[in-house]
Amino acid sequence: MNALLEKHTKDIEDILKKYPEDQKRSAVMPLLYVAMRENGFVSKQDMYDIAEIIKVSATQVASIVGFYTLYHDKEGGKHRVQVCNDLPCALRGSGEYLEKLCENIGIKVGETTEDGLVSVESVMCLAGCDKAPMFQEQNPDGVFYHEDQTVESTLELIEQWRKQEAK
Amino acid sequence: MTEVLEEKTTKLVNLTIDNLEITAPEGTLIVDAAKLAGIDIPVFCYHPKMEPVGMCRMCLVDVGMPMRDRDTGETIMEKGKPKIQFGRELQTGCTVSVSEGMVVVGYTEKVKKGRQDILEFLLSSHPLDCPICDKGGECPLQNLTIGYGSGESRFDLEEKQHLAKHVPLGDLIWLDRERCIQCARCTRFQDEIVDQPVIGFQNRGRKLQIVTFSEPGFDSYWSGNTSDICPVGALTTADFRFGARPWEMQASASVCNQCSVNCNITFNTRREAKSGGDLVIKRAMPRQNEEVNEVWLCDKGRFAYTSVKKDDRLTQPLIREGETLVETTWEKALDLVAEKAKEAGKEMVSLVGGRLSNEDYFNINQLTAHLGGKSLLNSEMAGGDLVSQVGLGTGSNIADMGQGDAILIVASDLEEEAPLFWLRVKQAAERGAEVIIANARETRADRFAKYKIRIAFGQETAVILSMAGAKEGIAVEFLADDAKVKAAAKVFSEANNAVIYYGSDGLGLSGSEELSKACAFLLSETKHTGRPNNGLVAVWNKANLQGAWDMGFRPSETLAADLKNAKFAYVVGNDPASKDILEKSLKDTDFVVVQDVRLSETAEIADVVLPAQVYTEREGTYTSAERRVQRFYPAVPAPEMTKPDYKITAKIAKRLDLSLEKIAASLVFLDLAEKVADYAELDYVRLAEVTEQWPIIGRDDLFYGGTSYQNTQGLGKQISPAIETETIKYEAFVPSVLSKKDEFLAVPVTTLYDRGSTMLSSEVLQPRIADPYVILNTADAEKLGVEAGVQISVKLNGKTANVTAKLDDSLAKGIVLVPRSMGIPISDPGSITIKAK
Amino acid sequence: MSKVDKHILLRHHEIPDIANIKTYQADGGFETFRKVVSTKMDPVELKNIVHDSGLRGRGGAGFPTGLKWKFVDDNNWPHYLVVNADESEPGTFKDREIMEKNPWQFFEGIMVSAYAISANDIYIYLRGEFWELAHVLDEQIELMKKEGLLGKNLFGTEYELNIFTHLGAGAYICGEETALLESLEGKMGQPRVRPPFPPAVGLYAKPTVVNNVETLANVSLIVEKGANWYRKFGTEKSAGTKVFSLSGRVKNPGNYELPLGTPFRELIYEHGGGIIDDRPIKGIMAAGASSSIIVADDKALDTPMDYESVPDVGAQLGSASVIILDDTVDMSWLINKTTHFFKHESCGKCTPCREGAFWMTSLTERIRSKKGTMEDVILLEDVAKNIKGKTLCALGEFSTEAVLSAIERFPDDFDAQVNK
Ligand SMILES: Cc1cc2nc3c(=O)[nH]c(=O)nc-3n(C[C@H](O)[C@H](O)[C@H](O)COP(=O)(O)O)c2cc1C
Ligand code: SF4
Ligand code: FES
Repeated sequence: MNALLEKHTKDIEDILKKYPEDQKRSAVMPLLYVAMRENGFVSKQDMYDIAEIIKVSATQVASIVGFYTLYHDKEGGKHRVQVCNDLPCALRGSGEYLEKLCENIGIKVGETTEDGLVSVESVMCLAGCDKAPMFQEQNPDGVFYHEDQTVESTLELIEQWRKQEAK
Repeated sequence: MTEVLEEKTTKLVNLTIDNLEITAPEGTLIVDAAKLAGIDIPVFCYHPKMEPVGMCRMCLVDVGMPMRDRDTGETIMEKGKPKIQFGRELQTGCTVSVSEGMVVVGYTEKVKKGRQDILEFLLSSHPLDCPICDKGGECPLQNLTIGYGSGESRFDLEEKQHLAKHVPLGDLIWLDRERCIQCARCTRFQDEIVDQPVIGFQNRGRKLQIVTFSEPGFDSYWSGNTSDICPVGALTTADFRFGARPWEMQASASVCNQCSVNCNITFNTRREAKSGGDLVIKRAMPRQNEEVNEVWLCDKGRFAYTSVKKDDRLTQPLIREGETLVETTWEKALDLVAEKAKEAGKEMVSLVGGRLSNEDYFNINQLTAHLGGKSLLNSEMAGGDLVSQVGLGTGSNIADMGQGDAILIVASDLEEEAPLFWLRVKQAAERGAEVIIANARETRADRFAKYKIRIAFGQETAVILSMAGAKEGIAVEFLADDAKVKAAAKVFSEANNAVIYYGSDGLGLSGSEELSKACAFLLSETKHTGRPNNGLVAVWNKANLQGAWDMGFRPSETLAADLKNAKFAYVVGNDPASKDILEKSLKDTDFVVVQDVRLSETAEIADVVLPAQVYTEREGTYTSAERRVQRFYPAVPAPEMTKPDYKITAKIAKRLDLSLEKIAASLVFLDLAEKVADYAELDYVRLAEVTEQWPIIGRDDLFYGGTSYQNTQGLGKQISPAIETETIKYEAFVPSVLSKKDEFLAVPVTTLYDRGSTMLSSEVLQPRIADPYVILNTADAEKLGVEAGVQISVKLNGKTANVTAKLDDSLAKGIVLVPRSMGIPISDPGSITIKAK
Repeated sequence: MSKVDKHILLRHHEIPDIANIKTYQADGGFETFRKVVSTKMDPVELKNIVHDSGLRGRGGAGFPTGLKWKFVDDNNWPHYLVVNADESEPGTFKDREIMEKNPWQFFEGIMVSAYAISANDIYIYLRGEFWELAHVLDEQIELMKKEGLLGKNLFGTEYELNIFTHLGAGAYICGEETALLESLEGKMGQPRVRPPFPPAVGLYAKPTVVNNVETLANVSLIVEKGANWYRKFGTEKSAGTKVFSLSGRVKNPGNYELPLGTPFRELIYEHGGGIIDDRPIKGIMAAGASSSIIVADDKALDTPMDYESVPDVGAQLGSASVIILDDTVDMSWLINKTTHFFKHESCGKCTPCREGAFWMTSLTERIRSKKGTMEDVILLEDVAKNIKGKTLCALGEFSTEAVLSAIERFPDDFDAQVNK
């Protein structure tokens, strides 16, 4: 039994049950989410472990990690602030919001704060166009929407995360 | 024209392609139908051996269909011809199948413009480094650019991608990331064709890149093929990178001698300064033979030529003077050999290896018979006599097997023993053939087998006999689950056609002899003999063992004694002294003659050493495990003083008043055909015949099938089993229970990448060789306190060795797999002791 | 009988607590499903009702739903229903609202649909970003199991039905139905060659219906109230209501469920409250980033929003994600946005899209940075034209729509950008 399976036996079994007996490859995406619970990215070993669980090659798992933008193979901030700056949001000021936000945190788009708490990314449409500016927060626990944002409200949120971290 | 495809389907449709009226089987893709008609539609991603994916969009054509009246459904006519309606958009010829009345047009401005647009897009990412690219000269992209490209780039060159150009994907294949056009032929080959998706795409869009995450990289025996089908110079082989330009090379037909499949190859040669002006082999390419290797090669076969080194060749006859071997003349050497042979008379033995040509075997056997000696084969596998009786019926082609047929694999790790057989059986399984596996351990063939009968080592014969319904003689308690065996036996006996592949997994000579008998019996009982695609295949571990059997050589259970008692041993093309006990016996042999290409261990203790030629330097024929006789041709000149084996033998024979043919292999073959009944119908001209094959490859259109060579020098001929209908009797037999005095039983198994001379002396293949190892069951290892990868000490046949321990969950307890030619000599199953270090 | 007032889908506007299963049931919820299963209704009859209702796919292509269901191959089993909840078209945010606010009707719709195509397993493919929503749906599925609405032997019959959610992970192309299936099979989301179409060869090579969330959310009411009832909404060829996602430079962006055939003007000015700061409207994109840009003149504003009429003003209705552009929007800026989007989202499988999207982006970059010339604009137009009609799936085609219409219909915006 490999490390990933050992750690999340029950969850992984539940995931595997969703798909037909001979189609376990389908579980690769949910398993990658499980792998990211640890520290927000998929390690090489995770890929080998997943490959073993669903009996595909590690290369096939790596292909999936590379194709989909919500999987990361490198460490980023604990909270990834993924601001939608696609056309509809941009028409409602997401561009300025993103710029100011970065200014305030002191990093550029794509970078992570020194303490590793926050990275800011610019992403494509998140289906929240009527509540722009908005972003989704990706952290090891999942993906969470934050809509109708202002730079101030976002900074406040980041402050909360910082406090939580300090505890 | 359409014959090749016609057999597969019955319904034909009429259509026109570029105004040519053609008939093609329904369901044929437009690109293939065009190919059959001699019209080229350019492709990059499409390959006739793989499912179409419609990725590159190069194969654009205009497709029109006859218009029908909406109400009546009748075809609307116009000037006596059906009115054709063309679609608004161009279609991809690789994804659309032909249908009745279709009109395909590939020459209009619209089509040309479409293809030109695609090329422009492709080139917007592609570097312009053709002058230094290995594919230059045989590059589909280059050729099609000349054909369709616009000649100038509208793309800002500054914005081209700059990516890594020398990425080793594994030890054998290099990737140039800039050149990749994302056609996915390589990844699809690995996935669809060989079921080993160890390379794949990462990222998406224009960032798509080929990657590998296997350990070691590109971990597959098939990697070289991806370079043949890569339509650009993105994947190149380690041996050929920067080696030569395609147009500078000559091509000569040959047959791979690494295993008993006998894949057809083409050697590309070139005269070069680096080698002192000699003609040297620069690469080995597959040569199409749809009944043998299609357009593929395994990596060992492809790179094996790199193991032949000029400097370790024997180039001069040697004669013993006291402790040393000194150079001599042919005359002196041959005179002495003849004299000693005459003295020995009946007490002479000849001992041959498994890689000589039929002509060599024939002459050696004639000479031996003339003296009344014994013709012995240095081999641990038996059954060649039975193969010649109930081997594959003439006209067999595994590619014709599918639904309703059965294939039984017993005691064989087919991919390791004969890679192409594995591939062909896999494809048969995909066409619906029922594959039955009776093995003592898991192998890669299990993945496509419907019936997996897991036996214990030693039960191979028993399981086959019980499948044959033998009532008596099965003394061994049958441990495998019986219902499965019965079900498999039923499928096998009821199959329209059935073939058995038996190998040497876990078996020594006596085991394999019993197994071969049982297999022949099963085939005979179930009437699967004497017809195409029925019969027995011995998965020999050398290229021409079947030929050796056919020419009269037999392995001996008492080889050590035979050598010891002989007055004269004529050892050709094998190295018995590399095995301890044979070395001891040879020291007792009065006179030892070694005929070989290298100074082997046996040569070092010989009295006379005769320098022979490598198969790439001469002509000859091999007989494959499917009993297909095929010719190989000289690719490079031989060192001056060397001679082909048959000729040396003939020269010895002449001194013994036996006249044997020596002028040319083709003439030896005439003699052979006269004396060996099964070969009576054959001669070199017939063996060189070719018929049209599908897919059509290797002409001007390298974009279609890749750089595999078209076969112009002969497809070979399959010979009929001697007695096509005879029934095989099986005398009651008690399989010997494998004795296991100690805790562990060692069994010999075959691994493709062993530590044999081919692998060890090839710089290209060397990195893929594992250190000497054995494989233990995980639980056993735990008990011994042994972890995966650590060094352990093993004692086998009185010899101790340090090897790496590998672990395998699926292996039975108490079993230790010892790969042949992997550092620990093993010929039969036997006790082994293991100590953790 | 379920109460329906103005809304068929966004019924939470009338029944605010409809996301509570009790409320939904009190309104007659799940009765249709129970009736269909327990009376062992003939699936063919169900397919006919949906066909007769004129319901067309709400995922973008507008393909008649009942007809698609009839293509399901009954000689190959099992069948699957896959719900397309990938909702990734820029400007589209309707499916999310339906699933969040009116979940049980959505579920009942997909359950009746599964029965109609004789499927026992439903996969809901949600874009990965809908992570929280997926977890809510999972809880709701558990609840339905407890209520005896899912599982084996439903209502004492042989029928078994299971629902599974499956999260994507950030790839627009996975909204394309065959890419979605690849993704669901654990592969890279790259479209398949068609034919065969999913109803013949779909998930795991089995007959599969892929339908959009909104499409299926209509089904239980259509079955309950009949085809003719549904036809009362909308136009003859575009029956029913449609949820319009309104975004961009309007005062009140949001989802508005209106009968198909409602004019743009009503959506923008009545429901959307008009343009921000009451500025002049310049253009409309009716199908998100994949649209041609409609010149927002009176003719356009009076055009009914249905599948047949929108092409009259040089565009498609698509998923009805209406993005409003006012006079502050420079079209060269806009296509720089859309080309970036398509470059980022091109799966890379086919040459013209993979390379063309990149090329178009670099040209718009150059134009935006004022380094371009008119020749670059002409080249851009040509590159877009060369992509058209040659790609494997519609994404490549979509990537050219905004570019070609912007250059053709708003030439001044480009004139102003380039060096003369
Ligand atoms: C690039 C691309 C993206 C698509 N994205 C979506 C999507 O996010 N949601 C959706 O329902 N359909 C999407 N579609 C349409 C689907 O391919 C498919 O037509 C639809 O799911 C069918 O359902 P319907 O008939 O109910 O509309 C997309 C199509 C393309 C070509
Ligand atoms: S058009 Fe684009 S998204 Fe569609 S297959 Fe081609 S590359 Fe992929
Ligand atoms: S799309 Fe037909 S050959 Fe590539």
